[in-house]
Amino acid sequence: MAYTIEVEGLTKAFGDTRVLEGLDLQVDAGEVFALLGPNGAGKTTTVRILTTLLAPDGGTARVAGHDVVNDPNAVRAAISLTAQEAAVDGILTGAENLRMMARLRGVKPGVADELLDRFDLADAADRRVDSYSGGMRRRLDLAMSLVVRPQVLFLDEPTTGLDPRSRRAVWDAVQTLASEGVTVLLTTQYLEEADRLAQRIAVIDGGRVIAQGTAAELKARVASETLEIHFADKPAQRVPVNAPDDVRRALEQHPDAERIELHRPSLDDVFFALTGASSEIAEPVR
Amino acid sequence: MTASLTFVGRSLRHSVRSVDALLTAILLPVAILLMFVYVFGGAIDAGGRYVDYVVPGIIVLCVGFGAASTAVAVALDMTTGVIDRFRTLPIASSAVLTGHVTASVARNVVSTSLVIGVALIAGFRPEVDPLRWLAAAALLLCLMTAISWVAAAFGLFAKTVEGANAMTFIAAFAPYVSSGFVPADSMPAGLSWIAEHQPVTPIVDSVRALLMGTPVGNSLWIAFAWCAAGIVLGRVASSRLFRQS
Ligand SMILES: Nc1ncnc2c1ncn2[C@@H]1O[C@H](COP(=O)(O)OP(=O)(O)OP(=O)(O)O)[C@@H](O)[C@H]1O
Ligand SMILES: [Mg+2]
Repeated sequence: MAYTIEVEGLTKAFGDTRVLEGLDLQVDAGEVFALLGPNGAGKTTTVRILTTLLAPDGGTARVAGHDVVNDPNAVRAAISLTAQEAAVDGILTGAENLRMMARLRGVKPGVADELLDRFDLADAADRRVDSYSGGMRRRLDLAMSLVVRPQVLFLDEPTTGLDPRSRRAVWDAVQTLASEGVTVLLTTQYLEEADRLAQRIAVIDGGRVIAQGTAAELKARVASETLEIHFADKPAQRVPVNAPDDVRRALEQHPDAERIELHRPSLDDVFFALTGASSEIAEPVR
Repeated sequence: MTASLTFVGRSLRHSVRSVDALLTAILLPVAILLMFVYVFGGAIDAGGRYVDYVVPGIIVLCVGFGAASTAVAVALDMTTGVIDRFRTLPIASSAVLTGHVTASVARNVVSTSLVIGVALIAGFRPEVDPLRWLAAAALLLCLMTAISWVAAAFGLFAKTVEGANAMTFIAAFAPYVSSGFVPADSMPAGLSWIAEHQPVTPIVDSVRALLMGTPVGNSLWIAFAWCAAGIVLGRVASSRLFRQS
């Protein structure tokens, strides 16, 4: 079966900066797929190429069955993008922004009211977007991407700068869309977000995919669970837990244990293990 | 088509809500008119009443100046994130620009009407002939559209607001080296050659002849040809630049 997003050997350089050096990706229909990577890894560049905003230097990319270079209009008809920078019109009101998008997408302007309610913007509907807070802009931005239900939705750091409640609203929206069969490609700095939303995750660094799989697979790959054994009279000990028997054996060996803790590797551990060294070199401050 | 209309609505809203820019666009031309008629008017001899000679020039100056401000508006708009959203839509690439150009023409119609109204109060006495007025209005509309498209392309090319401002300067000064304010043959040889061959002169001459009831001659066709060329070039160039940037 053909993939909904299929990327092969994608390369892109800005002058001397080589950003993508042969990126490969395959995303299935209806899947929520997360791109992880340190600042400057090329996540936004990848999203911009896949959404026809930027021409790649080499390689191929197909979205919803259409080549992004040769058939950009067919790709555009199938996608929606919420970019890293909020793409809203500050001079218009929230309601006007949504009605404008509805008209451009050829749907009834009535969806505007629905979306305003859904993203908790009804009270601010008739205010100019210039006066919105960062979180409100972000929510409007997402609402503008959902005027029609796209076949493929691209979300570049959709929850950066949102408070926990708004973040939850965005997560709910993504999960609802996913359950309706929308394919979602999202980038994020919050590993919890990837863990919670995405079926599969690709870690990119140095312009390539360096690891790919489900959250569980990635965690299993870089670290095992560890058992931390605390004692009343001596320093704590850590033992790796790889098999079901390991915990029992550790306890038998340390009958004087006072307290035990089981540590699961988090996606953060995965992230640091995979990208730690290179991210320090790439972009130390930001 | 729907997309273009939607963007026309967007740009008109932008125009009306940028109060400073709107006041400048409408009042500056009136100020220029008053300055020429009352401050310089007494000192310039153009044969006949100077107000009748200069008002067509002022009208063209105002149209040029107002339409050229489209370059700044477009450059400014391109810096906002919402443009990327439009670029990912399956719509004609020039639709956003059609909005800018149409709003620019609308602003110019308002300011030009105001200039003509004030000119009448200040003593401008044109011919009353509906056909000639209609022809003059058509030519001015073409001129607004042409300069607006060229300005849109310029604004995309310049990328920054500061760069785009250069267009406003060109449009504000080109009319001075034309028959707009003083007869071209009163200038030194080099300048008068430029004045006679640049597009502003046939346009001003046509507007003046149409409004004052003198013979129009070839200049009207030359004027329309320049405008048509501007519209085609501006449109093609700006569509290209819009997708590239
Ligand atoms: N238009 C451009 N011109 C020059 N360099 C660019 C351009 N766009 C991106 N870059 C460079 O490409 C690299 C990758 O940028 P990109 O925005 O894709 O990273 P990212 O993974 O999205 O990072 P972040 O997590 O900070 O958003 C960076 O080094 C950036 O400076
Ligand atoms: Mg980014």
